[in-house]
Amino acid sequence: MRQAVRIYMGFMVAAIMLLACVTHGHAEEAAGVKLFNLTIQNHTFQPATLSAPANQPLALHVVNKDNAAEEFESEALKREKIVPANGEITILLPALKPGTYGFVGEFHEETAKGTLVVQP
Amino acid sequence: MMIALVVLREVLEAMLIISVVLAASKGVAKRGWFVAGGVGLGVIGAFVVAFFVSQLSGAFAGHGQEFFQAAIMFMVTLLIGWHVVWMQHHGREMVAEMKQMGAAVSSGRKPLLVLALVVALAVWREGSEVVLFIEGFLAGQPVASVAFGSALGIAAGVGLGSLLYLGLLRLKMSTMFSTTNLLMACIAAGMAARGAGKLIETGILPPLVEPVWDTSAVLPEQSLPGQFVASLTGYIAQPSAMQLLFYVFTLATLAVLLHRQKRRHASSQAAQPIAQ
Repeated sequence: MRQAVRIYMGFMVAAIMLLACVTHGHAEEAAGVKLFNLTIQNHTFQPATLSAPANQPLALHVVNKDNAAEEFESEALKREKIVPANGEITILLPALKPGTYGFVGEFHEETAKGTLVVQP
Repeated sequence: MMIALVVLREVLEAMLIISVVLAASKGVAKRGWFVAGGVGLGVIGAFVVAFFVSQLSGAFAGHGQEFFQAAIMFMVTLLIGWHVVWMQHHGREMVAEMKQMGAAVSSGRKPLLVLALVVALAVWREGSEVVLFIEGFLAGQPVASVAFGSALGIAAGVGLGSLLYLGLLRLKMSTMFSTTNLLMACIAAGMAARGAGKLIETGILPPLVEPVWDTSAVLPEQSLPGQFVASLTGYIAQPSAMQLLFYVFTLATLAVLLHRQKRRHASSQAAQPIAQ
């Protein structure tokens, strides 16, 4: 019985690792989800202000052009994710109500600041 | 100062779990070694994660970070849940034995391993964030100020966490066990809710309703007291309905398992009135 459990666990781990490698880097873009691009350069966000429509799911594609990792953090959006140096990530956002949502680069908060303006 | 605060937050979260674990295992021999081992393992794991953060981020269609964190949180839920049920079963024996002999309990080995694992996972999760923070800060600031800020944050986190441990120790033994059991059940439920939150971020789980309530004006999670409460009770300022479901489900499952233990214990006591 224990042997069977071990074999099962081994399979699961192998399957998960395979899945991780196969899906590496290919960020999903669900049909119809608006994608917005954000670049981190010289520890600043470009553009510093993004405009997006309200009441529909959004996706933020963050590219880090610096040689240092940054952490994208937004209390308003409830997201916190590391953007590796010279790397990129995608952050999925649910449908948002109109308003302004601030975000920062937590490793360089003085310079890395931005706002997502959601309009109806 | 920024560094100290950031490091303090992460260290405090791990310290609170470590404090509860240390209090819950009081009296069991060599538990300090197990906990220290857990911390060491977690720290090594944290550096490994930081080293591989690029690969981790890219994995699972760009959601490697979220899946990794969710996996750790659910593992902690399972391990703590196991320990809570185990304590219910063996807790009374342990208390009785300790009173009789005043010495360590031999049956402590298995749960100690589980607790060491819980500590390792907690330190691993918080630690990987700390390592990445420090790496990030080092890129822009002098080493001396980063080192000083980090040391300050760690010291403050350990100090504050120790207050909880000392507070728990002042309770009567049986009260302390039931208190740590309750805390651990809430921590497990909170971990499940947060793990669910991470899965929601990847889009795999729907939030259902978001947020069910918003108490971030009253007790923001990012504040120090908010962090304290969040770590010990699983409090979330703006929870989604899915997260609440996970929280309630975890507590309900533990309640059912504990109730079954109680009945089994009671019926076996009735059948064999002579102490084993």
